[in-house]
Amino acid sequence: MARRLGLHQEVLQVNVWRGNASGGKHCHYEVPSLESQTILDVVTWIQRNLDPKLSYRFACRVGMCGTCAMMVNGKPRWTCRTHVRKVLDNNTLTIEPLRNLPVIKDLACDMSEFFDKWDRAQGRFHPSKTRSDDVVRIPPTSVHRTQVDAAIECINCAICYAACDVVQWNPDYLGPAALNRAWTLVNDVRDNNQTVRLRAVSSDAGCHNCHSHQSCTTYCPNEINPTASIAGLKRATAKATLSGKI
Amino acid sequence: MIGVRLYLAQRISAMIMAPLVLIHLVTIIYAVQGGLDAAEILSRTRGSVVWGALYALFVLTVSVHAAIGLRVVSHEWLKLRGTGLDVLTWVVGLGLMLLGGRAVVAVIM
Repeated sequence: MARRLGLHQEVLQVNVWRGNASGGKHCHYEVPSLESQTILDVVTWIQRNLDPKLSYRFACRVGMCGTCAMMVNGKPRWTCRTHVRKVLDNNTLTIEPLRNLPVIKDLACDMSEFFDKWDRAQGRFHPSKTRSDDVVRIPPTSVHRTQVDAAIECINCAICYAACDVVQWNPDYLGPAALNRAWTLVNDVRDNNQTVRLRAVSSDAGCHNCHSHQSCTTYCPNEINPTASIAGLKRATAKATLSGKI
Repeated sequence: MIGVRLYLAQRISAMIMAPLVLIHLVTIIYAVQGGLDAAEILSRTRGSVVWGALYALFVLTVSVHAAIGLRVVSHEWLKLRGTGLDVLTWVVGLGLMLLGGRAVVAVIM
């Protein structure tokens, strides 16, 4: 393959995990190194030129949809916005499916449990108004709104979930993304389901299991701080418990 | 594996323990400055309601705090679940309370 790419073409050594839920192994590929190349470019090049059966998932290619996350050299990354030259280790890339999620095939994971946990954390908006009511005006500088300025930017890429050691140790744990979502709604003054939500995030699989390792914060591509959101939930649930509300 | 009540119990027990540990350390460092043996220590602690209450509270908070902490570790590292996890939590908590209580009685009475 190196010869096919030309004598003067720099070549990346790429190991891609291939398999399904019952197991798999790393397959080796040689991929031409290009200027401003992303990890998603590498995976796409392999599929188009070397192995059309390679399965992976992507959509927008510009860091908005949160679809293309994978493990790159052992760390969870959004592959469409991760430049090869920034993560290359000894001219080698190892690309694997996201940690903590069941594999469907190759680099494509089953996200069902990830989104089911959103539901279990009451990550759904429950309106308190009808269409006949006036629109609620929320000042951008209000305490509740500023507390979730960053948290509402989550793109559901599951990178935080893959980075979380507590999810690995305790698969029932709701995880940073679902709890971050719950925190945005706890601060939504229009929501009408706060007691149920605080109870949901106080369950045996809830926010109190977080050890504040901050891996979610370290790897979040949108620079959100889910650990801070979870700390907010811990405070809110502690106050609600001590005051007898939940 | 831990909900809000166990979380609060562990945090509150830690808040109580922190000053008790400081009192304990400062007292022993101060008390042994001029040399001190077991008989002298016992002569000061026996019959003391204050030392009895202080160490009884310490034993109680340690039992609660350690039992919840080991519950978390056992769940995450030993994969203990359900009834087994509850039994371990209670055995550790009550065991520490029993052993610590025995030590407090020996020093105070």
